[in-house]
Amino acid sequence: MRKLSPFYRSLAIAKKDMLIFYLKGPVVIMGLLFPFFLFGAFLIGRHLPHSYLFVVLMSMTTFFTSTAVGPTIIPWEARSKTFERLISSPVSLTTVLLGDMQASFYFGLIITLLVSSVGFFLKIHVNFAIFSIAVILALLAFSSMTILMSSYPPTDIPADVMMLSSLIKFTLLFISGIFVPISKLPPYARWVSMLSPLTYLVDALRHATYISAFFSVYTDFVLLLFFAILFFVLGVYIHQQVLEKRFM
Amino acid sequence: MPEEVIRVYDLKKYYGDFPAVKGISFSVKKGEVFGFLGPNGAGKTTTIRMLTGILEPSEGRIEVFGMDVTKNKLKIRERVGIVPEMANPYIDLSAMQNLFLMGRLYGMKKREIKERSLSLLETFKLYNKKDQKVRTFSKGMKQRLSLAMALLPDPELLFLDEPTSGLDVMSARLIKDIIISEQQRGKTIFLNTHNMQDANELCNRVAIINHGKIVAIDTPEKIKELGAKYNVVEVSFSPFKVNEDFFSGKVKISGNKLNIHTEDVHRTIEEIVEFARREKIKIVTLNVKKPSLEDIFMEIVKENA
Repeated sequence: MRKLSPFYRSLAIAKKDMLIFYLKGPVVIMGLLFPFFLFGAFLIGRHLPHSYLFVVLMSMTTFFTSTAVGPTIIPWEARSKTFERLISSPVSLTTVLLGDMQASFYFGLIITLLVSSVGFFLKIHVNFAIFSIAVILALLAFSSMTILMSSYPPTDIPADVMMLSSLIKFTLLFISGIFVPISKLPPYARWVSMLSPLTYLVDALRHATYISAFFSVYTDFVLLLFFAILFFVLGVYIHQQVLEKRFM
Repeated sequence: MPEEVIRVYDLKKYYGDFPAVKGISFSVKKGEVFGFLGPNGAGKTTTIRMLTGILEPSEGRIEVFGMDVTKNKLKIRERVGIVPEMANPYIDLSAMQNLFLMGRLYGMKKREIKERSLSLLETFKLYNKKDQKVRTFSKGMKQRLSLAMALLPDPELLFLDEPTSGLDVMSARLIKDIIISEQQRGKTIFLNTHNMQDANELCNRVAIINHGKIVAIDTPEKIKELGAKYNVVEVSFSPFKVNEDFFSGKVKISGNKLNIHTEDVHRTIEEIVEFARREKIKIVTLNVKKPSLEDIFMEIVKENA
């Protein structure tokens, strides 16, 4: 029997997630419809430069699409009694979670790429390298964040996790400089915004579209990468700690 | 002497303060079907989850293929097929997609997965449904697919947790036939069940677990012998008459019959004949009821409650 690497096996898990979860109602609502309507609400009655609107659109798309799939996968699997089969196969829990993370990442990547074509039609001047690196690092950070979101509480009720993750997502949305630039926030709010990975995506996209930004682009990249690693490691650790509770 | 595939030493598991498994030890030999019997909540599923490395033991040690399970769970799982209790295939995937997923998780090549999957779908009478979503399958079909998924990597050891529970007769028969044929191919099978008939039919040895402790472990036949004290001699007289003190065994009256519980069937029959002569009554029926494995199981469980 051929020995496949854990990453290769995690791809099989990601593929399974794509086939099962991409068209689930909550994913479509939270990942596609919601950011669309939220952006529409933001747009109406404002006369903002196209490049600024592009940053808002891309930030919300990247954030909402990459966090739509992940939080519910494990609770859903626990509920439909497929989780035990998965973790009793010759893959570690880390590999399972890496697969789930990839499912979130690819969903975010596909939708973000499609939506970014808006920039082409609006003839927005974009630094492609900064844009690409920022989006990829942010997708990694947000999809890792979903692993953390699904770790606690160890429930088999997807709606519980959806509620909690929505609460976190909306909080991050309002503190991350999307609607109000960081430079215009009061000092205490700036400190809070620095705790959000979304802040660094918005800032990096401002660099990419030649709008004044708050941090250096390298700071944005390093911190997005830091959040991606932190969320994944912490998420895996908590999942391992609560694994037993899923069978009690 | 056959090699021991599973060795369990003084295994304990606590959920908080609750002891689910209270220090069990046993071994399973290569090529045998080992039945793990017990009522619901006895600790069977917790034990199988520890044996497969899903749960960590609180105390004790488990060796599978001579390797410590806690340190080598992935290496061991490469050689093991598992059908967890109530573990469903993915209902939003087709039977073939479920098998492909399992094959990939076991590191199998695409071609190998396809060939083996088609053969298993044929064996499990699911070939015509291979591209249908599992959502449309009956419980029996899902369970057959579940076993096919476990057999896909051709494992040396199978852990089956209640594989025939709640199934239709056809599916249960098919699964039992496959267990027998897998054993004939040299596979070792650890079978969790509360179905005495399955254990009697399939297992070389059985362990009876109750309240987290093993209360008996032997071949089904030996366990039945252990249950000699549970023999019942059923007799009816005409006219009906009874004198409970006359018999050495414990007498229970059921309608117009006496059920005499005895360890010594020969002596009890002699007593019945003597009683009929003395009372000048006729013996109408006389049956010796040997206890089934189920009767013995119930008695052992009651004694250890």
